[in-house]
Amino acid sequence: MEKAEYKVEPGKQELTATRMFDAPRELVFKAFTDPKLFAQWWGPRRYTNVMEKFDVRPGGMWRVVQKGEDGDEHAFRGVHHDVVAPERIVATFEYEGVPGNVLLQTMTLEAMGARTRLVAHQVFQSVGDRDGMVGSGMKEGADESYERLDDLLDELKAGDK
Amino acid sequence: MSDQLSVTFAALADPTRRAILARLAAGEASVTELAKPFDLSLPGVSKHLKVLQRAGLITQSRNAQWRPCRLEARRLKEAADWVGEYRRFWDESFERLDVVLQDLMKEMESVENDRRKDDGEG
Repeated sequence: MEKAEYKVEPGKQELTATRMFDAPRELVFKAFTDPKLFAQWWGPRRYTNVMEKFDVRPGGMWRVVQKGEDGDEHAFRGVHHDVVAPERIVATFEYEGVPGNVLLQTMTLEAMGARTRLVAHQVFQSVGDRDGMVGSGMKEGADESYERLDDLLDELKAGDK
Repeated sequence: MSDQLSVTFAALADPTRRAILARLAAGEASVTELAKPFDLSLPGVSKHLKVLQRAGLITQSRNAQWRPCRLEARRLKEAADWVGEYRRFWDESFERLDVVLQDLMKEMESVENDRRKDDGEG
């Protein structure tokens, strides 16, 4: 299993996730732009994605509703701004539960032979927006593990380099 | 929660303060002990400690003569939880994406094999 690397630096309004995929870039791009495929992987498993709109062209809107097993619903939407097959997707992202907090995300796909490296970069409107985002739609229940404390300290240390 | 997180993250935004927290993760320490590894005056360290204290990341004991500083893991854990939730969302998505991509590749392979078979027979 590939491990994703996350760069979450204190006091900044951005986040970066980097992850390798064992598939050619064209396929990864397809999984990001074909609504049927996108619905199969985006978000936590306990939600079913309903693809209300998914126009993957510059200026095209997207809206996805995540329906939980216990009836809870979370809707996300945005606009695709730049779509360059098979290497780049720039889109806005907004959780409808907290309207007005719009983030800009750039997905970059780099071909590494038969494999692909994804760099997902998200820029928020403010540091507070970034730090508040997960408390809304992406919260998955608190885990009491202290392992993540170690991870955070490691990340903080890594951030000094 | 969000505001508290902002205060915590702001306090964490300084490398000296992060180094102080990393030192306190190993156990209590006095202000003098904390100043030693850094090229800082006692008032300089005290300033950083005040920021960490305001963010709830450390407490300073009033009882003992040497007034040791202690890491308050709970507040740091809140910040770690936040990072963990974001990570969990994407980790799970990426794992599912792996499966989707494997299926796509198998599909393509079988289409390719069928095509070869057809070519061979035709």
